[in-house]
Amino acid sequence: MREHIPALIAIIPLMAALIAPVVAYFSMWLVRGISILAILTAHIFSLNALYHSLTVGTWHYYFGDWAPPWGIEYVIDPLSGSMASLVSFISLLVAFYAGPYLKDDTWLKKGIFYGLYLLITSGLLGMVITGDLFNLYVFLEISSLATYAIIASGGRKATVAAFRYLLIGTIAASFYLLGIGYLYAVTGTLNMADMAGRIQELMSSPAVLIGIAMIVVGMGLKAAVFPMHGWLPDAYTYAPPQVTAFIAGVMTKVSAYVLFRVTFFVLGAANGPVYAALTVMGWIAAVGIVMGSVMAIAQKDFRRMLAYSSVAQIGYIVLGISLGNMLGLIGALLHILNHAVMKSCLFLVAGGIKWRTGEHSIAKLAELSGKMPLTMGAFLVAALSMVGLPPTAGFFSKWYLVLGALDANMWPFVIVIILSSLLNAIYFFRVIENFFLKKREAGEAVKRETGAPKESLELPVTMLIPIVILGIGILAIGILNSQIVTNILQYSVPGGGL
Amino acid sequence: MMENLMSGYLIYWLIGVLFVIGIHGIIQKNNFIKKIMAMNIMQVAVIIFFLVLGQKTGATLPILIHGVEGAENYINPLPHALMLTAIVVSLSTTGVALALLLRIQKHFDELEEPDVLRGMDQ
Repeated sequence: MREHIPALIAIIPLMAALIAPVVAYFSMWLVRGISILAILTAHIFSLNALYHSLTVGTWHYYFGDWAPPWGIEYVIDPLSGSMASLVSFISLLVAFYAGPYLKDDTWLKKGIFYGLYLLITSGLLGMVITGDLFNLYVFLEISSLATYAIIASGGRKATVAAFRYLLIGTIAASFYLLGIGYLYAVTGTLNMADMAGRIQELMSSPAVLIGIAMIVVGMGLKAAVFPMHGWLPDAYTYAPPQVTAFIAGVMTKVSAYVLFRVTFFVLGAANGPVYAALTVMGWIAAVGIVMGSVMAIAQKDFRRMLAYSSVAQIGYIVLGISLGNMLGLIGALLHILNHAVMKSCLFLVAGGIKWRTGEHSIAKLAELSGKMPLTMGAFLVAALSMVGLPPTAGFFSKWYLVLGALDANMWPFVIVIILSSLLNAIYFFRVIENFFLKKREAGEAVKRETGAPKESLELPVTMLIPIVILGIGILAIGILNSQIVTNILQYSVPGGGL
Repeated sequence: MMENLMSGYLIYWLIGVLFVIGIHGIIQKNNFIKKIMAMNIMQVAVIIFFLVLGQKTGATLPILIHGVEGAENYINPLPHALMLTAIVVSLSTTGVALALLLRIQKHFDELEEPDVLRGMDQ
């Protein structure tokens, strides 16, 4: 049993997804239990595998005992182990949070929701732990198709957002597939480690150049790197609130992880064309950081503002990857972790506010701090972390990014990071002012006080626990950041920890 | 002469043209059904690209035949196997897209993009 853990991380949620609609027919309570149990198991296995990779060494799992490069290989090194733990952790919290939203749904809706949700989880976990480029494409499509369907369940406008996301997502996947095709044509292998060994002497070939460009474009589209972010604001705004937190927190980050994995572990970033691609990506990311923040300031809808801020935050991650030195890469990985936790927390809060008040417009949400103290506390921590104030997690990833930029002598990037922090402060302090300081005017009464006692609008416990855990998590990551970096992340970057 | 040209570079250029036609259609056409058709053209271009990669002149099926030794006498089956998966993915993407279009048609009574976007603003 224990030796099969790497495979089970992806397979358990997949199996649970297949039986979810059937189970829902018999018991609505059971389907929720099974879903959460499956994700919890995947999370425990991920942590176990991460621990194994840190103490014993990289864990290679051969599917059906077919040794690579012929068979499919799952590889758990500190990088994929920590990503798998992060994905399953956020997935677990959001699954727990989704309960009250689905209370009134029929068994079919409920079963399909959990089925799709588990499919996304399984696809994303598969993407991070696989060691095979084509297998990655299959998992990418599993998670993407389930995401289109689950976004479309958000109502009238969501169907259009989901359809446009489907078109762009398919273009992205086709680019990625073509890119693999070129690399396969010159190296004759699809296994990442095997390709890394063979591709070095072929770097000057134009086919490799085209392949790299296509993979970067494909994953850039999926990760919503700046000029390719068009699908993201609509998809995040109209998706059902209970899943936006998961999609926003984790999906784009997994694509950024793939970008990192392919450019550094397969292609080897020191080489000519990869270095050029990374430099271009760095400048694009810098523009994206500023543009995303400026667009976020212009938004009136709370969720749309968070969506544009995601575009900026993905820019930080890509910027760190493009710097390519130790500090920059650690900054990028730490920011993947931080942003997953912060953005999930913010979207969970946004969903909670919508659930209580039926309102998304920032201007109409006044005086919530007294009514939802714990939710607003978590929101405050997450917002300060997005701005990057010291004890919170957001400060430290930006700090590493700035150090990395100084190390690489990229002064413009330092200015961009500082400028963007100021812009973040503008749009988050506007929200904080509304939620905490502004008095509600007459006639702006809260619309739906669903079952809550009179003056309190605090969320039910099942929704509150994930929000508070994430809020505490942001502080914990901030305080423990040096331990996280020295014990996990420095082993995750190429050539690190030696 | 013609055969060499075809199997050399021309076929890849044709595939490239097909791929670009697909992307152009997705971006340029207003009708959602036409967008799906363009998406299928793009996916078919990728599939043909892989199949051409597996092609080898003078080689036979990848089944061991007595008397025929050596890898150069058999075509590479892997691209074909990969494309079976890609075809399934393409099929299910089309299925999900059509299901979404049914919902859009129900909500907006329209499948032309500008009209639907106008409907979203209301």
